[in-house]
Amino acid sequence: MSRDVHNGPTDQFTQARGTEYSGDADGGDDAPEILTLPLDGWHRARGGRMVAFAGYEMPVQYEGIMAEHLWTREHAGLFDVSHMGQLVFTGEGVEAALEALLPADLQAAKLNHPVYSLLLAENGGILDDLMLTRRAGGEVYIVVNGATKWDDIAHFREHLADEITLNHLDEQALLALQGPEAVIALERIVPGVSALGFMQGDWFDHKGDRLWISRSGYTGEDGFEISVPSEAAEALADALTAQPEVKPIGLGARDSLRLEADLPLYGHDLDEETTPIAAGLGFAIKKRRREEGGFPGHERVMIEREQGAIVKRVGLIVEGRQPVREGAAVVDAGGSEVGKVTSGGFAPTVQKPIAMAYVPVALAQPGARITLAQRGKVHHAEVVPMPFVPHRYVRKG
Amino acid sequence: MSRYFTEDHEWVDVDGETATVGITEYAQSQLGDIVFVETPDEGKSFAKGDDAAVVESVKAASDVYAPVSGTVIEGNASLTDNPALVNEDPEGEGWFFKLTLADADELESLMDEAAYADFTSKL
Repeated sequence: MSRDVHNGPTDQFTQARGTEYSGDADGGDDAPEILTLPLDGWHRARGGRMVAFAGYEMPVQYEGIMAEHLWTREHAGLFDVSHMGQLVFTGEGVEAALEALLPADLQAAKLNHPVYSLLLAENGGILDDLMLTRRAGGEVYIVVNGATKWDDIAHFREHLADEITLNHLDEQALLALQGPEAVIALERIVPGVSALGFMQGDWFDHKGDRLWISRSGYTGEDGFEISVPSEAAEALADALTAQPEVKPIGLGARDSLRLEADLPLYGHDLDEETTPIAAGLGFAIKKRRREEGGFPGHERVMIEREQGAIVKRVGLIVEGRQPVREGAAVVDAGGSEVGKVTSGGFAPTVQKPIAMAYVPVALAQPGARITLAQRGKVHHAEVVPMPFVPHRYVRKG
Repeated sequence: MSRYFTEDHEWVDVDGETATVGITEYAQSQLGDIVFVETPDEGKSFAKGDDAAVVESVKAASDVYAPVSGTVIEGNASLTDNPALVNEDPEGEGWFFKLTLADADELESLMDEAAYADFTSKL
């Protein structure tokens, strides 16, 4: 066997399609170096199968993607996402300065409430997707994708005035605890977290360390994301996995969980060629920003809101059992390529092959029949509403 | 009956003129949860090294090559509805296809069990 066709975070397509990892913020010419995470030894000791992803050695699976996926949907899974970039921006006028680069409404953003936003290019293409949170002390905390973080940092430094300080928290690990029992397990270790609602965050003390915890995640389930000093990450991961509800989960299940939950993956479903409206992320552009503009890509966003984008991101259920993966073509009756599958695989909860694809707007309605071509073979699929698996977020007043 | 192995992690059982082909325990453990298998139709002829079958796990699709030349007698129909059989019993019930050997001499280039164990221990 050979000629593996990998998809999702089991390979390095993110770098291939997105931004190449260069090892330093200035984009030096050095050959890419694969780095290790603070929990590297911890993953290996637990049988994690390590692969290169976003410039790091990361666990793709422990006992198996299917079992880990289903465990997370029923109990709680611990994910190490320390490859992601954690950035803190401070300085006079930091909200207005950031608003010049992304379409979030930072002036209206409530303290300690994470907001999903997009780093946009002048032509409206998506440079990255991210979560930003206004925190006390006039700081803005932003979490960006691992594979793009060095380019993001360079972009911010280039475009932000000197009065704005960018602090890359490269001594912080980031853990995600996801699943319906995450709140039970985490409340035992960090009392008080259950008071948070979906998309709320706060500081907590844990054995002398300060943790920033938000009720958020990338699986469609209830859960938390925990920023912890790197030197304290192992003890926290031990404490969490000592809970009967919690198992460590790899990147493979993270990919299948987020796909079922209609959460796009940068470098796959989003890139510089895709725009917020085509990607179905218009919700990230708030009313005041649409009206006032003042962010890159405003013109393109407004035109596409009026007239529609040429293509749209949709969810597909594929007939039969064979997965249709990233890179497969969407074809018309004459066999011409009119779109592309950007993520796809066998969905463990749905128990069918599912996919995300960009299709012409005329084919973007639920019920539309789609023809796909992959490795010389034709597959049939139907456009379905996303998410494939209902979200189970816990919202509070 | 003798069992042979390839560097592409297929096994071949030879019984007279008939060869049964599958993927090894090592291959299934590397692939992980198998969700789809496509086996060849009866009557199809392969030269050694041709694409003969497809196996897909949650994370990847792989081709299975014909380890020797021959004509397909039977594909394992059980795998269509139960591809996980390859995870459960890769070197038994999870076989992929049977073929009539075209050239028994080709077997000489394959590994025996000890050689294959040695080969995988170095991967």
